[in-house]
Amino acid sequence: MPDRPDVRASNVRSLIVITAVVIVLVAAFAYTAGWLSPGRLTPSKIVDSLAPPGGPALGFRRNHAIGTCFTGSFESNGAGAALSRAQLFAAGAYPVTGRFNLATADRATPDYMARVRGLSLRIALPDRSEWRTAMIDVPFFPVATPEAFYALQQALASKDDPDAIKNFAGAHPAFGAFAKWAGSAPWTASYADDRYNSLNSFIFTNAHGQEHAVRWSFVPEAQPTDVSANQLKQRGAKFLDDDIARRVQAAPQRWTMLVTVANPGDSTADPSKAWPDDRHTVNAGTLVVKAIEPEPDGACRDLNFDPTVLPAGMRVSDDPFPAARSAAYSVSFNRRTAEAKAYPRNVAQGAQP
Amino acid sequence: MSQAISKETTPATARNNARFSPLQRALHWTMAVCILAMLFIGVGMVSTVRPDYLTLVSIHKPLGIVILALGLVRLAVRIMRGAPPLPADMPQPMKLAAHLSHLAFYALMIALPLLGYGMLSAADYPVIVFGVHLPSLLPHSDALHTLLWNAHRFLALCFFALIVVHLAAALFHALVRRDGVFHAMAPWR
Repeated sequence: MPDRPDVRASNVRSLIVITAVVIVLVAAFAYTAGWLSPGRLTPSKIVDSLAPPGGPALGFRRNHAIGTCFTGSFESNGAGAALSRAQLFAAGAYPVTGRFNLATADRATPDYMARVRGLSLRIALPDRSEWRTAMIDVPFFPVATPEAFYALQQALASKDDPDAIKNFAGAHPAFGAFAKWAGSAPWTASYADDRYNSLNSFIFTNAHGQEHAVRWSFVPEAQPTDVSANQLKQRGAKFLDDDIARRVQAAPQRWTMLVTVANPGDSTADPSKAWPDDRHTVNAGTLVVKAIEPEPDGACRDLNFDPTVLPAGMRVSDDPFPAARSAAYSVSFNRRTAEAKAYPRNVAQGAQP
Repeated sequence: MSQAISKETTPATARNNARFSPLQRALHWTMAVCILAMLFIGVGMVSTVRPDYLTLVSIHKPLGIVILALGLVRLAVRIMRGAPPLPADMPQPMKLAAHLSHLAFYALMIALPLLGYGMLSAADYPVIVFGVHLPSLLPHSDALHTLLWNAHRFLALCFFALIVVHLAAALFHALVRRDGVFHAMAPWR
């Protein structure tokens, strides 16, 4: 058997090749999954960074953890069709599931301390498509990129470094403008008095295939009454939910949807930069909030208001936030739905649609 | 009966019966590319907040439906056409492992897309694939979503592990045992 050692040597070479193939494949998989890149900004890291010092409120959204549900309709006047072929902008009334909320991850935050309020919508359209959006009532975002957002959460959380926020603001000029707004802008005493803005830019495509970069706002029909931070404090820790429930019970509350079209050259990638006030706007219709549902039993509770759920005729722009938000909202949704037992409904399970 | 057939078997058909049919091989290698891409896209997309996230998700969903459709075709072809016999000198535990792994492959390539689709339905996300709004598979339910999401992730990782073992075994057959098992599924000729 003179060839026996050759066969053995060849088999050893083969086994080495097989081992190498396996190692390369597993390493490529591990790299893709981020297991070899501790520095990669993952959606889980962003969600983790939002947790208050005592840990997240189980079963609740990992941010905007306080809120109340509503139902209503979006009455489209047809004018938005010039910008987007989405059925949302064809004249008609479409059912809405929504949520008013406070931009805090800490359930203990009193209403008068929450500087930023939000409005989330899910609008179901007859062609079975839907539009989801989550807006806030600030005129521009505090940071320009998702990476800066994460750095901001880290700075806010670093209790042992008194200069963390100062250093962050130094490195991120947009944050200074936001801090100035937060310190000087008037407060309102009701969700119904607030203007909610997309801040992120999206691309609308109309029936002729023409594209426009847009942002949108929901502007209240109620005449906002400005109040000082001190006046607000006198209303108690929790007044917003009762206030909106009372108002809606008395009469439907309305917001006008204004779509703002970018001029050529306007930055669409940076939500910390507001567009100038003179931009062309289209009044696309009216949001009518008809009934408030407390969150434990509300239809909004188990919905993810993922801002990238868009009907045909609307798509994301080069703004990096909608993708990052979609990724992070998904993690928040997966976590809180897995903890549903920690946030029981008031009615028996299975009683709601 | 089988005796009669084997008497009539020409050397050419004997060689063909020792291999998977060209359709089976085409399905195997097409799906190999799709599934491997799918698993990489899956772990990649959940680990990033960059705009690639949306691109990867927008590939992951339709590719899952493609894999489901190909998997069902492949299962039908496998039931009708069968598989070439394993070499007679293959140890019994290896044969058992081969059979079980095939079962696991069919189960996973059909179940994983359904789990993903069901998980999105249970979360009340719209599922739009190739511009078509697919019907919701399941009612909106936190408990169902959690169950399916956990299963989807766990089984996807199992699938990748199975593929690694399968590839190593295939190469072992091709390079060490040289018993024709790899040739039976080889993409060429």
